[in-house]
Amino acid sequence: MLDTKDILETIRMISDENLDVRTVTMGISLLDCADENPRRACEKIYEKIITRARKLVPVAEEISAAYGVPIVNKRISVTPIAMLLAGCKDPDPVEFAKTLDAAAKEVGVNFVGGFSALVQKGFSAGDRLLIESIPEALAQTELVCSSINIGSTKAGINMDAVAMMGPIVRRAAEITADRNCIGPAKLVVFCNAPEDNPFMAGAFHGPGEPDCEIHVGVSGPGAVRAALAKQAGGMDLGQVAELIKRTAFKITRMGQLVGSLVSERLGVPFGIVDLSLAPTPAPGDSVANVLEAMGLESCGCCGTTAALALLNDAVKKGGVMASNFVGGLSGAFIPVSEDAGMISAVQCGSLSIEKLEAMTAVCSVGIDMVILPGDTPAEVISALIADEAAIGMVNSKTTAVRVIPAIGKEKGEILNFGGLLGWGPVMEINRFSPKEFVARGGRIPAPLQSLKN
Amino acid sequence: MKAVITVVGKDTVGILAKVAGVCAEANVNVEEVTQSILAGTFAMIMVVDISNCAVPFDQLQQQLAKAGEEKGVDVKTTRQELYDAMHHI
Repeated sequence: MLDTKDILETIRMISDENLDVRTVTMGISLLDCADENPRRACEKIYEKIITRARKLVPVAEEISAAYGVPIVNKRISVTPIAMLLAGCKDPDPVEFAKTLDAAAKEVGVNFVGGFSALVQKGFSAGDRLLIESIPEALAQTELVCSSINIGSTKAGINMDAVAMMGPIVRRAAEITADRNCIGPAKLVVFCNAPEDNPFMAGAFHGPGEPDCEIHVGVSGPGAVRAALAKQAGGMDLGQVAELIKRTAFKITRMGQLVGSLVSERLGVPFGIVDLSLAPTPAPGDSVANVLEAMGLESCGCCGTTAALALLNDAVKKGGVMASNFVGGLSGAFIPVSEDAGMISAVQCGSLSIEKLEAMTAVCSVGIDMVILPGDTPAEVISALIADEAAIGMVNSKTTAVRVIPAIGKEKGEILNFGGLLGWGPVMEINRFSPKEFVARGGRIPAPLQSLKN
Repeated sequence: MKAVITVVGKDTVGILAKVAGVCAEANVNVEEVTQSILAGTFAMIMVVDISNCAVPFDQLQQQLAKAGEEKGVDVKTTRQELYDAMHHI
């Protein structure tokens, strides 16, 4: 039986509280496109993406219209390109990125992820070549996203790769300085990267995944914030967690429905729902505002980590019940430039990089869309990556770094990317030098998984 | 197969008749109607059966939206499964 109250609640969540399906992402394996001849490999890649994803955008739009659910992004994730480079003779990785870009434009998706390499334990053929080409590849393409996994709980942290990534992030910003340093906004450095993540910039299609599948990433901080604002007065934190769980359940059910419909129409297996609270720069659609609705004066003050731990756990508990298969990053995202509440918290002096780092120990992902001063040394970025990776490695969770050195800008100045990537103020970072530590290279051994303290 | 039609806007004469007329023409059976008027704003929710609908669903959506425009109200038509999924286990 349909209840008028339920119908009105759904309509309000969608029209007033920015509830949407953030992304429908098609994962496509490119393993069968490997070829010794790099040009031939690129042709096969283009052909495979076009064939598999041709109907993705029209089908998603059709379902969006029929069910009244906005689907904000349609995306593609592919096999890490370094795996294909491994078997090629003298390949130019930038040509592979351009092929992905052209295929993504042809089928009309918003982004394609998978210009990636998995080097947590060391480099194999193709990995170094791909990493070195990232700045050029991101500068010469529009829709391609790149990610590198440099650590894991089982392998430890590849500090040679960490030392490489600081300069790569800087270089990516430098050669796109005329375009608001957009390069590094499309580059994520992971520890414990999930192989079925539908969110950008970190999406890639892991080697253990099927040939083709559909993943869905839900959103909904606005709906959680509104539920707290309306109903949480006088509640203790146990009751607040329960309220978040109930709201997360509804949000996730929407994602599950959309995902199963898209997968059925396309005849492609359904992968996972990513239970994430992904903010947008729209007013109110903010994870920072959710934390503030729990009773914090401003995100970043003492209590923020505890509130975020509660939120992250409640979102997962509510979402798991609502979906058959759960995966990806699943949790609350805390990007700065994509979240109006986070931006305000930085501007009023409440939120610092150090506090963000602490927050990443209890939530999904990590130091995300943080804008650094333009003169931040490469080794500081590498060391920040190492710190984040250490949190992920020790806590058996995914962590990541996506920072943008704002070339030519200083603390407090604004960098604006536009669209979903948003805008943000340049944040100060500790300048004492980790140069010698980073230059040591080698591998930080995998941590002990018992004697947990 | 069911759909939910929501109508929101300024109250005028004949909104229900107009929307119901489009439904009848498309062989869509109206099963339930709830309406209220709050401070001059008209809000109506109709649950309709579209199993025997004579036109494709997107065309029905357009026809209803157009009928709404003529009466100065916002008419949205969506498949009903979303509401079931979100509010029932």
